[in-house]
Amino acid sequence: MSWMILPENPALSAVLLFLIALPFLYGARRPVHDVVGSLARAASQALRLGAHWLERAAQTLRARNRLVLLAQGREEATQAIEREFERVTGLVQRDLQGYPALQRRLLDHITRIEEDYAKCGEVPPPPPEWVRAVETIAGIQNTGDGLAQKLLQDIGDSLDKIYARVVAEYRRSSEARHKILGKFVPFGRAVNDTLTRVDRNIEGLRESAARIDAQMERYEQIHSGSEQVEHTLTSSAGIQFAISGLVLAVGFGGAFVNFWLIARPMSAMVGGGEYIAGGLEAAQVAALVIILVEATMGLFLMETLRFTHLFPRIHNLNDRMRRRMMWAAFAILFILAGVEVALAVMRDQIIATDVAFKRGLSDAGTAAVVAEGWVMKIPVAGQMILGFILPFALAFVAVPLEYFIFAARTVFGAGLVLAIRTLGFVLRLGGNVAWHAGKTLRLLYDAIIFLPLLIERAVLSQRAGAAGQIPRSVSAETAPLRKTGTLS
Amino acid sequence: MSRVVRLTFVLVALIGLAACGDKQAHQRAVYLLVDTSGTYAGELDKAQRVINYLLGTLNPGDTLAVARVKSRSFSEKDIVAKTTFAKDPLQANNQKHAFKAKMALLKEAAKAGSAYTDITGGMLQAAEFLNETGAGRKTILIFSDMQEELDQKTIRDIPMNLTGIRVVALNVTKLNTDNVDPRRYSGRIEFWEKRVREAGASEWRVINDIERLERVFGG
Repeated sequence: MSWMILPENPALSAVLLFLIALPFLYGARRPVHDVVGSLARAASQALRLGAHWLERAAQTLRARNRLVLLAQGREEATQAIEREFERVTGLVQRDLQGYPALQRRLLDHITRIEEDYAKCGEVPPPPPEWVRAVETIAGIQNTGDGLAQKLLQDIGDSLDKIYARVVAEYRRSSEARHKILGKFVPFGRAVNDTLTRVDRNIEGLRESAARIDAQMERYEQIHSGSEQVEHTLTSSAGIQFAISGLVLAVGFGGAFVNFWLIARPMSAMVGGGEYIAGGLEAAQVAALVIILVEATMGLFLMETLRFTHLFPRIHNLNDRMRRRMMWAAFAILFILAGVEVALAVMRDQIIATDVAFKRGLSDAGTAAVVAEGWVMKIPVAGQMILGFILPFALAFVAVPLEYFIFAARTVFGAGLVLAIRTLGFVLRLGGNVAWHAGKTLRLLYDAIIFLPLLIERAVLSQRAGAAGQIPRSVSAETAPLRKTGTLS
Repeated sequence: MSRVVRLTFVLVALIGLAACGDKQAHQRAVYLLVDTSGTYAGELDKAQRVINYLLGTLNPGDTLAVARVKSRSFSEKDIVAKTTFAKDPLQANNQKHAFKAKMALLKEAAKAGSAYTDITGGMLQAAEFLNETGAGRKTILIFSDMQEELDQKTIRDIPMNLTGIRVVALNVTKLNTDNVDPRRYSGRIEFWEKRVREAGASEWRVINDIERLERVFGG
């Protein structure tokens, strides 16, 4: 059964159908408006409710991220302060534990200097007792008596001799004092050196104190939880995330090389052609397991050496137990490295026999003769060295791994908040679109049935003119809906 | 608690089954039929190259068998050499050496020649052998001109079961009669293709340039 009234003219059929449907559409105008308005409201409100919920979820998540971030920042600052204190303690223990001896030495030097100084004091020679006798004799009048002159002459000569002796004595005494002063110089230098060393130590302590002050200031800022600190910590976490991710990628490259080094010879241990689910060869799985065990042991080694802090239980072990665990992890790592060396040799052997066999299969097999010698041992030696070193090198991946994990928490948390907010925005936008779509649909409906509406308006205005009332606008019917709209 | 134990057992069993299933699915079994009839005996050197290629390509755990096609080939006696390579690569290498040495027997056997060419019997024997290996990928390589000739007593007009086996015809040489009427050659190929496909083979291919064997085993 066709919808066309005039089968030969679809356009005219459509127009006729429209004209037939027009009274029904006019009659159904209010219910259709109500349905469209209700649907638009329902959709809009649901979407806005979802947006509101997402916004609250984003706020909660952001607050939680902030708490975690600040806690991490506090932890880092605390560790930095602890490290500085340890450094200061070491400095004090190293330098100040010798301080009593240093002080004693300094006092000795000072005492010695004081003694020398005392010795250097110029003591005038005591006046001889006979000076008064000389003075008395000098008071005798020169009467021209020859005896008296002779006596005075003798006394004068004796005095000259005595004077010469006293002067010589004085000079010797001065020379001795100069020698003592000469010995004084090294002690003075020693005192100077000692005081310089003390000054240097004090300067080191002062620098450490300045660093501690800076860290304490940072700690206080983190503790205050300011917006700036949050941004700084987030930015720092982002940088750490990128750098540690890069280093981890390099580490994975090393693990990949290690994997291919041992995957082939593993087939000699676990059997070639054995497959586990998913098309994975048993030898490859075994090689992967060995590498994962090596990585785990490396992680434990770093943890017991306190380079990383991923496992609090290991970190809190007593020193004796921790040391035992460290040696256990190191021993396993060492054994696995040894196994890898053996596998490197095995790999070389397998490849060599395989190559030899394939050379034998080819027609020109005898033509290609490869020189034997120490040069041929280089690849196997290289493989052995790589096999031994890579497990230990992989152990250090634990350090960037720790940074990556902690930074990833912040970065992914921030990313999740952004994603939730974006989704909330999209829902809010969808709510607005739904509300406006409802309005547009109602207007479109009215536009389709414009003819009956015009007639209605004319009739109403005629009646209102007759009754002296203002005609009610058709569009006023949509007012209640607009009022109930929650667009903001 | 017992539920946990049971669940664990079920999981372990499932993993084991998956592992076994996978192991079989990855194993390869190749059965090479070499035509030693008078018209084809001169092509044995090429057959040797095919065998060398297979020895160089197959992995530990795979199976290889070489059999000759003669007047009546539905017999284990026609298998010149067969082996399943060990899981240990070094041991597998030794097996390959031994297999290669056995190939001298093929030349000896070919010297006798055969009056007729029982390709169908050879394929029946090959299918039986390959199905026994339980390998995941089974291949019959037929190194022949695909001209079957049977004596009057031999009955080979019977249905074959080649389900899950791919069949590759290698070095299908043109006979003198084919040169007279090329339709005979294409008709022969079409006949075997139809027969093989009706028998349930997963694939049918013809490779005349044996330098392109990697098309069969490369993928």
